[in-house]
Amino acid sequence: MAVVGRDLKLAMRRQADIVSALFFFVIVVSLFPLGIGPEPDLLRKLAPGVLWVAALLATMLSLPRLFADDYRDGTLEQLALAPHPLGLIVTGKVIAHWLVSGLPLALIAPVLGVQFDLSADALLVLTGAILIGTPALSGIGAIGAALTLGLRGGGVLLSLLVLPLYIPVLIFGAGAVDATVTGLGGEGHLSLLAALTSASLGFAPWASAAALKIALE
Amino acid sequence: MLEADNLECVRGERRLFAGLGFRLEAGELLYLQGRNGSGKTSLLRMLIGLLPPEAGEIRWKGESIKALADEFRADLCYLGHLNAIKEELTPLENLLAAARLADEALSEDDALDALEQVGLAGREDLACKYLSQGQKRRVALARLVKEKRPLWILDEPFVALDLAAVDWLAGIISAHLQRGGLAVMTTHQLVDIPAGTVRELRLS
Repeated sequence: MAVVGRDLKLAMRRQADIVSALFFFVIVVSLFPLGIGPEPDLLRKLAPGVLWVAALLATMLSLPRLFADDYRDGTLEQLALAPHPLGLIVTGKVIAHWLVSGLPLALIAPVLGVQFDLSADALLVLTGAILIGTPALSGIGAIGAALTLGLRGGGVLLSLLVLPLYIPVLIFGAGAVDATVTGLGGEGHLSLLAALTSASLGFAPWASAAALKIALE
Repeated sequence: MLEADNLECVRGERRLFAGLGFRLEAGELLYLQGRNGSGKTSLLRMLIGLLPPEAGEIRWKGESIKALADEFRADLCYLGHLNAIKEELTPLENLLAAARLADEALSEDDALDALEQVGLAGREDLACKYLSQGQKRRVALARLVKEKRPLWILDEPFVALDLAAVDWLAGIISAHLQRGGLAVMTTHQLVDIPAGTVRELRLS
C-alpha cells in the first residue's frame, strides 16, 4: 500500500527516531542485570517481565508522532480525503509503525536475552512473542494516538490511555517466555498473543479512524 | 452539479451562518468572501465532507456527499491552507506520493513537468525543508497542473505567491473551468480569472 511505502521512506529519512527508541530498549534492559548483580536464577526469572515492559515503553516513545506530523502539515486531511476508507489507510500506517518500531525490538531482543542467561529455547520464544505481540501494541497505540491528537500535553495522556490496554499483551507475552523457562511450553500463550494481535489489528484502525475524523472536524 | 442547501455552521458557541445555499454548475467558479472568522474555511471543510453541517445538505450530481463517500472524494481535489507536503521528502517525491495516496496515475515525467511549470526546475531533488515558504506553496500547487478531477476546492490558494505565480495559477484555474470543471475558493485578494461564470458569495 502507498501509505506504508511513504511512511517507511519518511522513517528512513529520520532514522534518529528509530535508533533512539531502539537504544532506549537496549539501555533499559541492560540496566537490570547491572543493578541486580550476577545471580543467574533471579535474572532468568526477571527476564520476561523486564524485556516486555521495556518493549512496551519503547513502543510508547514513537506513538505520539504516529499521526501528529501528518496532522500538523495537513497531510492527514489529504489522507482522509483519499478515495479509500480511512480505516484502511490507518492500517497502512500501523503496519509501517510496526516495521520501524516492533520489528527492530524483536530482532535485538535475543541478544539482550543473553544477558539474563536465558536458554536457546527461551530466546526463540521471546523473539517469537515480541514478533507476534508488538503489532497489537502498534494497533492499540494508534487508537490512543488518534484520541490525543492535537491536545496539549497529549503525550502523558496517551501513556495513561494506552498502557492499561497493553496489560493483556504484557501478561501473555511475558507468560510465554516464563512458561518456556519453567518447562511448561509457551504455545498456549503465543496463540493467545496471536489472537490479541489479530483482534486489535482488525478493530483498532477503524476506532482510530473514527477518532481521527473527530480531530479533523 | 454541486448544490448546498440551507447549511448551518456552529463553531463552539457561535453560529457562523445559517440558511446558506448555492448551486454551482460545470465550468463555474465560486468566490467565497468575508472577514476573518466569518466561516469561509468552515464552509470549505463542509463542502469536502470533513465537517458535518449542523443542518442542511450538500449534494454532488444530485446525491448527498455523505452517501457518495468514496465516490465523491474521487471527484474532489482539496488544497487547504496547509501545504500537505513532507519536509523530509523532495518536491518530486511529495508529488508522486500525494498522487499515489489519492489513487491517481501520475508518471514521473508528468510530475517533473508539473514542477517545471511551477518554477521549481532544478530543485526536484532538494528536500522540501530547504525551500522557502513560497516555494513550498508552489510544490503544493504543482498538484493542480495534472489534476483532472472535476471539483477543486481551494483555501486561499494565492497566499505566499509572487505576482508571476498568481497569474500562472489564475491561468491553471481558468483552464480547469474551461474543461468543464468546478472550483470553489476563498481569497482576500481579488484575482481576475478569465472564466465563463464567476459567482460570489459573501459571508457576514
